[in-house]
This record gives sequence, structure tokens and C-alpha cells, in this order.
Amino acid sequence: MRIENHPILIFDRGKILSFFFNGEVIKGYEGESIAAALHAAGIKVLSHSHELHHPRGLFCAIGNCSSCLMVVDGQPNVRVCVEKLREGMRVETQKGKGCLTQ
Amino acid sequence: MRETEVLVVGGGPAGMVAAIEAAERGAKVVLTERDDRLGGQLIKQTHKFFGSQKQYAGSRGIDISKLLEEKLSNNPNIEILTETTVLGIYEDGVVTMEGANKHLKLKPKRTILATGASEKFLPFANNDLPGIYGAGAVQTLMNVYGVTPGQRVLMVGAGNIGLIVSYQLMQSGVEVAAIIDAAPKIGGYLVHASKIRRAGVPIFTSHTILNAYGQEFVEGAIVASLDDKWQPILGTEKDLAVDVICLAVGLSPLTELCWQAGCEMKYIPEFGGYVPRKNEFLETTVPGVYVCGDAGGVEEASAAMVEGRVAGISVAASLGFGLNIVQDLEAALKDLDQLRSGPAGEKILKGLEKLFARGKQHVS
Repeated sequence: MRIENHPILIFDRGKILSFFFNGEVIKGYEGESIAAALHAAGIKVLSHSHELHHPRGLFCAIGNCSSCLMVVDGQPNVRVCVEKLREGMRVETQKGKGCLTQ
Repeated sequence: MRETEVLVVGGGPAGMVAAIEAAERGAKVVLTERDDRLGGQLIKQTHKFFGSQKQYAGSRGIDISKLLEEKLSNNPNIEILTETTVLGIYEDGVVTMEGANKHLKLKPKRTILATGASEKFLPFANNDLPGIYGAGAVQTLMNVYGVTPGQRVLMVGAGNIGLIVSYQLMQSGVEVAAIIDAAPKIGGYLVHASKIRRAGVPIFTSHTILNAYGQEFVEGAIVASLDDKWQPILGTEKDLAVDVICLAVGLSPLTELCWQAGCEMKYIPEFGGYVPRKNEFLETTVPGVYVCGDAGGVEEASAAMVEGRVAGISVAASLGFGLNIVQDLEAALKDLDQLRSGPAGEKILKGLEKLFARGKQHVS
């Protein structure tokens, strides 16, 4: 959910952008991370563990922990917690460790 | 190859101050930051800082960050490289980095490592469910992007970070179901704790989380009381319906570059893990490589800024810059002592004692 009224902060959001999450159109704001936009849209499951395929979400949100790796515009293993949103971006759930010949 | 006098790795509170102090004395400084903006964790600190006026007490972290950024960008001796990740420090002192999809090489005369810290994790069943976030991640989501992490939160950890982030959650309209801490006492300042308690949030000390549950993401958590041997007491389990579990269980110094540079490392529990050995001027055992802020031992932002001052003045002095170096350095060291003189500084002083156990050294 987006915070609209905050006692201290004013959220100066950028312009509205559209991007794709597994083919579905989602809206976010310029300047925010992919993970923040997905979270605001209620999407918390970002990846799955390699062995047991447990759902995984973000954990650190600053690019340290690799819990949020996704395929972005065909490129696997993108840390969506620090990758900024761009218009028309294709964000997809990654299966396995990722392939480079897409 | 490109050369510079000083390289500062990390644009958080410690690194920003270190860069300013060195540059103000005349040194040419390159400051790198992996994020697209400077400030480090200050950019999500909406609370007012404690400590003395000199360390910006009474100011909010977000405002301190803006102030330092202004000083940095107004100084012609400083070049700022954002979205630049330092990758390696080679034996000849060459530092490699990735920025703007390019591989860069730089040969600095002095390197200050101000890489900060990362959040600790906690072992419990289903701790990998989405909805289990580090306290810093919760702050990033809500204070940087204005997105709430969920509707109802269990906070694990009643230290200052756990208490402050709980309050920030409430300011964002998120319910905090409870704060738990395994210790028998609240670790953070009591002024924060009572503010939260007055708002109706229970703080359960001597409590731990046994497991999280949920299908695709967190739907609840089971917590239980601990006995005096830190073991869960059967029959005391409580089931909390929450969609977020926030872990505020401490930080570990980010020391990859210290290890890589060959710094002698020492395990100091009070500092959150392995840290480089250093002298009081913050130079590590590798000549010319300095450390400041959380990377050298987890403390807090005010201390990180004063350490940045010490490191910045020290490198400037070692390069022959500055007029009143001795007085400036003494003043900075005195401020650091003062910051650590209260009860909150006891742990840090104990850690320092262990770190300096083999005696003090001097700047080479």
C-alpha cells in the first residue's frame, strides 16, 4: 500500500510508469525500485529457492542479500530491490539460476 | 592509470564526512557509492538524533544527509561517483570498480573504507517466507519509497533500531502487534520504549520467535517465553496474526574489501563480527588503508560521522596537508570519547579494548 499522509515525510513521486510483471501491466513511479513498485501492487513473492522452491521475497532492500533476483528485460539475476523502474520494463519470475542465451 | 590522493569507498555518514574533511584540507578525493544517491542509511532515518549538538543532535537523519551532500558537491576537490561498486583492492594498491557498465581502475595514495554494515538474520522455522524483512528494508520501503511493508507487524528486537522502526511503522499507519526481545531487558533507550508502550504496543522481553507460518507469504508467527537459560518454555506459546516479521537483531560490518586488502582481522562480538585491526587514527594494518564507521565496528551514525572526521583528518595529515592537524585530530578524538562516555558507549569501549589488546600503534 502507498503511504499518502505522513507526519514527517512528503513523498515527491515521479511520473507514472507502466511495466510488465509476468505479462501483466502494473503501474509504478519513476525513481522507485522494481521491488517497491511490486510491493505497492501487493506482489510479495519475487523468486523461489533453488532446492526446495520456497517462495522468496525481498529481505535487505539495499542489494546485499540476493533474495530478490528476477529476470528483467531478458537479463537474469537482477536485484530488483536496487534496480530502478523504467517504462515498458519486462519483469519476470526467474526459474532456476538463469540463462544468458535468451 | 588514473590516480587520486584519496579514495573513499561508501557514501554513508562516515564516508561523506571523511571525504569532506580530507578535501577541505586540500587533498583530491574520489568518493564512490554503489547506490544512485549519497547518504547511506541516513536517507531513511526520519527520527531526531541524540548526542551532542556538534554531531547534529536534534536533527533528523534525512536532513543531515542533505547538509553533508551540499558540502560535498560544493567542494571542487571531491569527485563523486554514484552507482559505482568497488570490486577489488590489488596488492599494488590499485582499486577496481564497476560503474555505468564500465570497469574502472584507480590508483589512490590513501584508501578509506566506509562500507557500512549489513543486517543479521535469525534462525527459526520458515524464516525464508516473503514478509520477513530486515529493519532497514522496512525503512527503505516506507521512508524512501512511501510503501507500507504490510498491515500488522511483529518486531523482533527491542534495541534502538527495533524501537525506532516500530514507531516509524506506526507513523506510516501500520499496526505493530508486539515487540519481542530474547534479552530480559529492553536494549534501546527507555524514552523510545515508553513512547511505544504508551501507544498500546506490548514489549515482551525474554521472548523468542519459534516459527513463522503462511503459504506464499507470512500469515502469522508463534512466539514463546524464554527461561533464564534462554530456552523456550513449553506452554507459553502465543500465536500472532501478522503479515510482516521485522528483524532488528543487529548488524555485521561489511568487511569484504578489508579482507581482500589483507588487513589483519579480529573477531569482536561487541562490534558485530570480524573487523580490521586499526590504530587510534583509524589506519588498518595495511599502510594507507583506513576504516571508519560501521565497517570498522557497528556503532551508530553519530559515531560514524566523528570517525569519518578522524579518518579524513588522518589521511590529510599523512599526505602533508592541513595547518592545525594536531589540534583538529585531538578535538575529533575527544568528541569520539565523549560520544562513547555514556552507558550506551560501554559496549563499544569494551570492543575497542579487545581490538587494541596488542597495544597502540601510530600513523606511518
